[in-house]
Amino acid sequence: MTVDTAPRRTPLLHVEHISMRFGGLIAVNDLSFVAREGEITALIGPNGAGKTTVFNCITGFYKPTSGRMALVGGGAGADAVTALTQTGKRFARADDGSSAFLLERMPDFQIAAEAKVARTFQNIRLFAGMTVLENLVVAQHNRLMLASGYTVGGLFGTRGYRAAEADAVEKAKYWLDKAGLMDRADDPAGDLPYGAQRRLEIARAMCTGPRLLCLDEPAAGLNPRESADLNALLRLIPLEHATSILLIEHDMSVVMEISDHVIVLEYGVKIADGTPTEVRNDQKVIAAYLGVEDEEVEAAEQVVAEIAR
Amino acid sequence: MATIETSGTAAEKSVAFTDGKVGRAAIEGAKFAGLMFCLSIPILLLRIDSDIDHKPFLQLRWSWPLWAAGLGFLVRFAALALAGGGRGVTAWLPAVSIPPALSRHFGSAALVMLALYPVIALALVGRAGSIKWIDNFGIQVMIYVMLGWGLNIVVGLAGLLDLGYVAFYAVGAYSYALLATVVIPQYAPWLTPWAFWVCLPLAGLLAALWGILLGLPVLRLRGDYLAIVTLAFGEIIRLVLINWTAVTKGYAGISGIPRPSFFGLPFTAADNGFAATFGLEFTPLHRTIFLFYVILALALLTNWVSMRLRRLPVGRAWEALREDEIACRSLGINTTNTKLTAFAIGASFAGMAGSFFAARQNFISPESFTFNESAVILAAVVLGGMGSQLGVAIAAFAMVGGTEILRELDWLKAIFGRDFDPTQYRMLIFGFSMVALMIWKPRGLIASREPSLFLRERKSIPAAHVAEGTG
Repeated sequence: MTVDTAPRRTPLLHVEHISMRFGGLIAVNDLSFVAREGEITALIGPNGAGKTTVFNCITGFYKPTSGRMALVGGGAGADAVTALTQTGKRFARADDGSSAFLLERMPDFQIAAEAKVARTFQNIRLFAGMTVLENLVVAQHNRLMLASGYTVGGLFGTRGYRAAEADAVEKAKYWLDKAGLMDRADDPAGDLPYGAQRRLEIARAMCTGPRLLCLDEPAAGLNPRESADLNALLRLIPLEHATSILLIEHDMSVVMEISDHVIVLEYGVKIADGTPTEVRNDQKVIAAYLGVEDEEVEAAEQVVAEIAR
Repeated sequence: MATIETSGTAAEKSVAFTDGKVGRAAIEGAKFAGLMFCLSIPILLLRIDSDIDHKPFLQLRWSWPLWAAGLGFLVRFAALALAGGGRGVTAWLPAVSIPPALSRHFGSAALVMLALYPVIALALVGRAGSIKWIDNFGIQVMIYVMLGWGLNIVVGLAGLLDLGYVAFYAVGAYSYALLATVVIPQYAPWLTPWAFWVCLPLAGLLAALWGILLGLPVLRLRGDYLAIVTLAFGEIIRLVLINWTAVTKGYAGISGIPRPSFFGLPFTAADNGFAATFGLEFTPLHRTIFLFYVILALALLTNWVSMRLRRLPVGRAWEALREDEIACRSLGINTTNTKLTAFAIGASFAGMAGSFFAARQNFISPESFTFNESAVILAAVVLGGMGSQLGVAIAAFAMVGGTEILRELDWLKAIFGRDFDPTQYRMLIFGFSMVALMIWKPRGLIASREPSLFLRERKSIPAAHVAEGTG
């Protein structure tokens, strides 16, 4: 568990007043939180709390009904985000290396390509008919596309492209090693056991060189040993790479062990936000997860109703 | 089918009395076979013809049900003998999977055969006979092989079901026809000997442009919807060709399309012609052989480019798109652009094939670009195994070449009578072989996928893992 006296790091992702409606259903209601650089932020909550919807909004697969999601980097502050919001542009990169991205304005592939937000899926989405290595090389598509001169240079096998491809394979090998998949590199991804597929999906997302990695239930369906391996892999990512993690997880052993910051959702509303220790002792969280005594139900419902308002 | 069951009785009776279960099965089989035999009598035995006064009269063809029963007996007997008890159709079909090493050698052997094909044809059937074999058979097959490889980029690699591929073929053919008969004679007559060589890449570019124009609005559609819109696009192009008579001359078609030259030398008996320049005796065979090599080179170019692209980021993105489009987007791949490139490149090869077709035929009309063509090309891709270059080539060869070979089966008339025309059974044979193939190899002849990249060893990926694409 991370000691919560650590100084707060610089914010990376500001989620501000996000709401998402599907017809009459309000899946996410006025949600705000901050994910910080180098931290593992966990998003937890009972089934149907809207966690995956938040993920889909951040990664551009859904457009939120209202709200702003700003990803900043290189020391860009609130004023940079405000200035960008007023321009109507999707993102801005300043000369000093600072950058700001308004995710709600960007299409999904651009969020991955420009803002460098990678994600995995609750039901694994690998390229099952391609080998493990190919999966990891496809993830480096945009860089390789540039190196192949948008195919023209690649068609004639220019040296620059061959070097870039060799680099891509090296990067893939690095992640194969980290994910413990080196022996299965030439096997079809669809042939891997479940736990290995989960690790491969994370490795593939990391091959895009993300600044923020969004993991949707990475430990779902893993046995305790695989779960421990996964914890080790996830803890290594923010330490050794400039990548922060935002994860959805039901497995509390994973959440409490690796995350720096936990946000609890219930019925699309944030009910708690803090360090794992704080969240674990929060009465509303306990009520949401374990339920309450009969006489407390009414009181608890009132609390929830108040928050929902 | 009726007669196949008919003969089952004989084979099954031999084991009928050894085991009660088998006996019951045989009796059931016999009942069914008997029923089928009874049904075969009105279908095969009776025939109503009209005489010279158009009066109908009944003809009894006693030999037909007997032949059919005999044939059915042989087939069923062979099947039972091989399977040892009739475990269904799949049991006695051998589980053939072509190993990659063999397929690689097969590919180069086929290439040598193709390169020598005109020479072999010339040696076997002489000058007069070989024009038919090189033109109607060789060139025709190679056009479809090229089209199959072009469509394979769209359907096999990118997984986008395109039912209107013939539209791009038509665009290419009409581009060449109009450029070579109208534009070049009017604005650049000095280009005339080179018309084909100038227009070939132009036709490819124009078809690619149309591929993009079609792609832009429809690529947000997926699966069945995409298939229907591409089908409609194919029909729209054909209808425009029929109705825009001012430009396309409608059903009358465009004639007098210049033939390709030997890099500037026309294939004529004139003094500046190909034959005279090389000191040869003039014969139209020169042009036919040259055309064969042109289409062979074009088809090989298609193959080379698509194999090369498959190993480049764009090709891997196509395959990834076929596997999972949402995952592609989560990795920052612009799926719209990726689909458009697949459409455009596939279309450009169809365009080049079309301009070759126009140049070879000398005449084109909308009749040549019906949905049937799209269906044949798509069938070649699906039967061959989506994404497999060799499989598609074999399937195109079997489908188009098979039709031509059926014309040669005159000896069957000796068996079935003088009125028997084997080409009329083409569709029946196609139907049977497609059903058989889909039972035997549901994912096409060569269904496994070769990875484009490997660390230690190249392992074929079994078809079960490879997605067919939903886009």
